[in-house]
Formats: sequence, C-alpha cells, structure tokens
Amino acid sequence: MNFKRLWAIFRARNHEFFRDRAAFGWNFVFPFLIVGGFVIVFGSDSRNQYKVGFFPAQTGTVIVDTADIPQRFRETQYLQFVGFENQVEGLKRLNHHKIDFLVKAGSPGNEYWISETSPRGYIVEQLFKLSLVPPEQLTPTERRKIQGFEIRYVDWLFPGILAMNMMFSALYGVGYTVVRYRKNGVLKRLKATPLSAYEYLSAQMLSRIFLLMFTTVIVWFGCDLVFSFRTIGSYFNIFLIFFLGSLSLTSLGLVLASRGTSEEFTSGILNFISWPMMFLSEVWFSLEGAPEWIKTISNAFPLTHMLTATRKVMNDGASLADVSMEMGALLLMTTVCLVIGASLFSWNR
Amino acid sequence: MTQLLEVIDLVKTYKTVAAVKGVSFSVAEGSCFGLLGPNGAGKTTTIEIIENVISPTSGTILYKGKPRDASFSEEVGIQFQETTLLAYMSVRETLKTFKNLYEESADLDSLIELCHLEDFQHQYNDRISGGQKQRFLLALALVNQPELLFLDEPSTGLDPQARQNLWQIVGQIKAEGKTIILTTHYMEEAEYLCDEIAIMDDGRLIAQGTPEELIRQHGGEKSISLPGTALDGKLESLPFQARHQQDRIELLTDDVNGCIQTLIHEQIDLGDLNVNVQNLESVFLNLTGRQLRE
Repeated sequence: MNFKRLWAIFRARNHEFFRDRAAFGWNFVFPFLIVGGFVIVFGSDSRNQYKVGFFPAQTGTVIVDTADIPQRFRETQYLQFVGFENQVEGLKRLNHHKIDFLVKAGSPGNEYWISETSPRGYIVEQLFKLSLVPPEQLTPTERRKIQGFEIRYVDWLFPGILAMNMMFSALYGVGYTVVRYRKNGVLKRLKATPLSAYEYLSAQMLSRIFLLMFTTVIVWFGCDLVFSFRTIGSYFNIFLIFFLGSLSLTSLGLVLASRGTSEEFTSGILNFISWPMMFLSEVWFSLEGAPEWIKTISNAFPLTHMLTATRKVMNDGASLADVSMEMGALLLMTTVCLVIGASLFSWNR
Repeated sequence: MTQLLEVIDLVKTYKTVAAVKGVSFSVAEGSCFGLLGPNGAGKTTTIEIIENVISPTSGTILYKGKPRDASFSEEVGIQFQETTLLAYMSVRETLKTFKNLYEESADLDSLIELCHLEDFQHQYNDRISGGQKQRFLLALALVNQPELLFLDEPSTGLDPQARQNLWQIVGQIKAEGKTIILTTHYMEEAEYLCDEIAIMDDGRLIAQGTPEELIRQHGGEKSISLPGTALDGKLESLPFQARHQQDRIELLTDDVNGCIQTLIHEQIDLGDLNVNVQNLESVFLNLTGRQLRE
C-alpha cells in the first residue's frame, strides 16, 4: 500500500464531489427537504386522523357541531368530518378510499357505510358503535401517562432519513461512479500507472466515507437547529455508528462496482438493493409485529443495524456496549463485502 | 544497439476473433518504432498487451531482457488512443495527481512548457480543444519521465498546424534519447518520426524495416504522368512503358531525369506534369491493398 498514491486519488475524488455543485448541494438539501416535509405533514395532529363523511350537508364543510350525528362520536379526537350533499357523493368518495366512513346524519337507525376491506373503516366503525353505548354501561378502565420523555415521530424518523441519504450516497457514489469510470476508460488510464486496485478502491471508499461523514454532521446539526431533536445518548457514539455504517454501505457499493460497464444495469441493481433496504430497515416505519421472514431479511441489511444502533443511542441513551451486537454486524458485513469486492474487481471493460 | 523491448510470438484471441496472430519484433533503445496498419489490423491490441493493459493469449514480452515486473509501469509512459480523465480537475491538477502516482516524476512546470500547456493549465481537463487535449495527454504520458513512451495514434483528428506542433514536441522527446513506440494512420508522420517501421495487417506483421528499406523494397515503380492530349501521336515513339489512367497517361521509369529530358527533346508540353515518387504511402497501399477497410 502506497499512501502517496492513495492520497492522490482520495483528493481527486473529493475535488470531483465538492466541485460538482449540483450534486454537492443536493446531498445537503435533500435530507432537509424530507425532514422538513415530514414535520409539516405529520407535525400536527393530522398524522393519524380518520376521515368521516356525512350527508346531507353543504359539500366540503368541516363544521359538524350542528349536524345530527351522535354527539360523543362528533367529539371523538382524531376524526375529521367532511360533509356531502347526498349519499351518492359520499359513497363515491368511500369507494375510492378518500374517506374511511360514511354516516347518514339524522338517521333514526344510525345508518352508516364502510369499505369491507379498509382497516381504517373498521376502526372508525368500532368508535362509532362505542359512541352509541351509554357511558355508564362501559367497563371501568384506569388511564396512566407514560413516564420520562416522549419520543416525537420526527425524533424517531430523523436518523432514518439521514441513514437513507447515506445509503444512496454510498451505493451510487461508489457503485455507480466506478462503473461509469470503467465504461468511459478512466480506470484503463489509471491501470496503466503503478496504482494498484487495492489502493484505488481504498481511496474511493475513504473518500466516500469522508464525504458522508462531512455531509451527515452538517445535516445533523443543521436539522437540529431547525427542528430541535432530542438526543439522549452520546454524539460520539452516534458518530462512530455512522462511521461503521458508512464503511459497510460503501463496501456494499464496492461489490456492485467490481464488474460491469453498463450504467443502466448497475442502476437497476442499485434500485433492487436500495429499495427493499429502504422499506425493510425501519427507515419509515417499525417492523414490530412483522412476519419473522421479513425481520430475517431486514437483518441482512447494514442499514437496519446502523439505524437500530443510532435510535438506541439517540432515543434511549444506549452506550457502545449496548449496541455492540449491531456494531459487530456492521463490521462483519464490511469484511465480507470488502473481500468479495476486491476479489471480483476488474479495471477493464 | 541494445534492444529495450522484445515481443515474441504474441497471440491474442477473443471468443471468435483472433486479433493478433503471432507477432514478433524488437525495439532498439533510443529509437522510434512505428506500428502501421489499416483499421482493425491489431495495432492497438498489440500495443495494449505490451503496455500490460490487457493480457495476451500467449507469447512473451521482454523489457530490458526480462519479463515485465512491477517496475515496468514506473518506467513507461502511455498515451492511449482515447482517454477520459477524472472529472472536475484542471489540466495542472490532473498532471499533479498522476505525478503523485509515480516514484520518479518530471518537474511540472518544465513539462507544461515542453508541451505548451501554459495557456490552459488551469482549465478543466474536459474543456480544452482537440489539439490542446493531445498535447496534454502527451504531457500526462511524460509525467514519470518514462524510458519507453507509447503513443497510440497521437495526432488523429488534429488540424495540420496542431499535428506539426505535436510532431515537433515528439521530435524533442526523441532527441532526449527516449524510446518511442508509435501507431499511426499518417504515413507522413511515420516517415517524419520513425527510425523503424513494422506494417501490420490482419493480426500479422507483413513487413518491417527502416522507412528507406521499406520504400526500396515495397514502394513500387516511379512514374511521370501527363494529360493524354500532351502525348497525342507521340506515345508510340517514346521508349517508356505507359499506363492509361482516365484522361492521363503514366510513363513508368526508374530514371526520372532521363525521362523528362526525353520528353523535352520530343517537344512535349510539360505544363501539367506530375512526378509520382515512391513513398511510405505507396508502400502501405502496395502491402495492404487499396480496398476500403472498416
């Protein structure tokens, strides 16, 4: 390993990244936009609101105080009421799942409609039925509040957005770029120098990890300024987990970069890997209660382990010892991908 | 003269195509060796095998009398036929990056001066003209002060001024005693720069020698050509073999001076006279045929 050569390629790759203003800017702007978008959309109580249609009413009205609908149903939280002129209009919306439940105002028999296949409709139906039972007939219950800090959805989501950004950046920044270089002959030119494949690939990886950590730190603190995240654990631990995550994701990118000259094919493979990883690594939603086989697949993705560890540190204040399993998994995946990527690598078309 | 490079019975076969079919030659230290041939003759494959960019199916390549080792890539400079470089880098930065890939390297400013890169050294390497790019790629091939320089069609696509300028620079490099292996389509370029020439066709070497030797052996006949009207009624009395070519008549001769004196004596109008001499182009066409190659 010659460090002068490695450093030369590392610098060249960094120049390319920083000088490609459009791509550079997008790396920062994209996570801001996603997090910002989610705060706007889900920041209010609208995240899990159910939509209830009623008729007859002036179309589009949301004021139900005067509508002849059971009072306790009207007062239930997280229900949004939408008025329709007649039954036909209401059923049309229900059929297209634009509303979850349709009720006829002033109906002596409390007439209602739901879509049989809609889980949301079922929930509202239960709420509707419950609202018709006199309170004295309900079994007594005891309500308690959870102790400690409440984890907001945005606090849970934010590491996922950052990790997803890292995943795309690592896979495309290494996988796609190296394939492009192979296709257009840059690799051929480099092969004609004393640069070894090991030095070249190490420089590519290190450069991408440096850029990932650089952008992640800036995006983290930038988003924190705007959205004020609550981080219970150590920032150093999160940094270390992100570093290991970057290492394993760029190694995976290296496997994809090892052969081939077709950017279209590589793009397809990258999508084939990144989309399941995005949906099954708990970026957007928890897999709690999902079938075991989905959880098994999820555990094969580095993003899952990076995210689990980061959320444990950020939301629960976990120490490095607490996340040692996840860190071990990331190291193991890195090693396996590096061995495969390096042994398959080819300079030529 | 010491042989710097020896190529022995080189073969390269792709799935269904034999690109190189047993090529052997040697290159003397300090000489400029030209590899000529029509498109698809196997020149670039041969040169890229020697450069260690692709591997041969069989054959031996000796550099300084030994098989190539790790030091080979330190001691050779390569200008490929087509090259794309790292993006978003200036000409100077690219040269500096490549300089750092070698143990021994040239002084950057001297290199920039030698290849006339001063005016555009701070421009991005993909935003320079064709002539500038060829000079820049030449500088890139020289960045490690190579003992052996490969130039694969270095002047293709250049205008006459840019080509002359490039030849001048290659001439300077040659004068420094470096060994050069050059492939080209331009016979004038080969004649101007090369000490030794090998002509390749269909994966084989079909002739080799100095330009003078090749012209002598394969150049064909000298001739003088005149419009048919200038020789009306006089052709039969002339002591030369004649060949009709459209509206002109070619008189074949080994003695151009004697032929012209005879024509003057016969009071033939020489106002539209052409002398067709032997040159490398005629050697090339005689050896590889006049049919169009794809």
